[in-house]
Amino acid sequence: MLLSRNQIAACVAKDLQENWLVNLGIGMPTLIPEFIPKERNVLFHSENGVVGMGPPPLPGEEDLDLISAGKGLITLIPGGAYVNHTDSFAIARGGRLDCAVLGAFQVAANGDLCNWRLPHQKSGSVGGAMDIAAGAKRVYVMMTHTTREGDAKIIAERTYPLTAGGVVSKIYTDMGVISVEANELILEGIAPGITPEEVQSATGAHLNIEHVQEISLNT
Amino acid sequence: MQNKRAHTLLEAVNVITDGMTILIGGFGGPGVPEILIDGVCELGVKNLTIVSNNAGTDKSGVARLMDVGCVSKLICTFPWAKESYVFKELYDNDKISLEIVPQGTLAERIRTAGAGLGGFLTPTGVGTDLAEGKQPHTIDGKDYILELPLGADIALVKAHKADLRGNLIYHKSARNFNPIMVMAADHSIVEVSEEVSIGELDPENIITPGVFVDSYFVTGRYKVGSGSK
Repeated sequence: MLLSRNQIAACVAKDLQENWLVNLGIGMPTLIPEFIPKERNVLFHSENGVVGMGPPPLPGEEDLDLISAGKGLITLIPGGAYVNHTDSFAIARGGRLDCAVLGAFQVAANGDLCNWRLPHQKSGSVGGAMDIAAGAKRVYVMMTHTTREGDAKIIAERTYPLTAGGVVSKIYTDMGVISVEANELILEGIAPGITPEEVQSATGAHLNIEHVQEISLNT
Repeated sequence: MQNKRAHTLLEAVNVITDGMTILIGGFGGPGVPEILIDGVCELGVKNLTIVSNNAGTDKSGVARLMDVGCVSKLICTFPWAKESYVFKELYDNDKISLEIVPQGTLAERIRTAGAGLGGFLTPTGVGTDLAEGKQPHTIDGKDYILELPLGADIALVKAHKADLRGNLIYHKSARNFNPIMVMAADHSIVEVSEEVSIGELDPENIITPGVFVDSYFVTGRYKVGSGSK
């Protein structure tokens, strides 16, 4: 069975390490924080100048001047800080982000990330995607394995406009977890009830399936 | 001591004329100087180039400025949001032009203008459509593109508190582009919620020293959308 959005988020959360500073893209990646164990210190960066983004506020404690990149209301964790936009992007470009988890339209076998504009659109909304993808130490992608029409989003060579070249190192989808290595894509984890052959047929690039393990959902 | 306080909304904004380039602070709602923008709308100026992260929300702020016909070009990072429908309609009808800039590049282009620099090299955008026409450089084996400064005639920014010298502090994520934009214009105008006396702001905590501020307007009884009446 395909993994739910929350189950994919839990898979990503498992791989975010103690003391990492992490940027989450808008959409599905925002589900990740609730799956980080309380005792593990993972700090979240929001591009609009928040270092130490906390969960949404409790009713009655909302502050309209405190939002995430996706423009939802958030809180600041104790010990968090506000910075201006150049400092926020110095964090991103300057290599201080241990990891960025972003959505994508396409990921190529060489790690090319395409997530800012579809080819038929005359323009896109780039936001901070290019800076964050170019600067983060690790770029993880979290997305559905295929488009709504069933087309592969993980492909041998990109056909969509590029966000950043060769940056993606891991891909988390509703079918499994794929590691992007120098010469190949390695299927590391697979959703229970799905076969490696099914994942391969939904993927537009060759997968090494020799070491695949079933994803454990009881965390 | 120079008094930087503008006593009316009109006095704050009436330096603005047709064809100017204006930096407008804010990311989403927080930090958008909506009352100053209301003042600009009432001036009835035309052909402004607006530099702002977003393309406006509903019919307020930057969206209102576009809706009343003041804007001919928008430079921004994230134009296609469902709340930016005013921009979309103008764009689809060829009534406004658009330049897309990656967010960190936009911030740094503004900062370099304010800092008197001639540009900078960034890895952001290398190999993408947004690098077209930009000079490539390789430094220590890493690829960069040259980005140029983006200054303006006017900056409209929002801060939390100002003292009489124009020293500023901001509020939470409403800081965003505001401290950078205020440095990068020939004339910077600040909308503040509160004015405090000299010495009340802790010098260790002042984010923007008043040297970057030309005037500030205390919003007081003004409400967004009510104009200068």
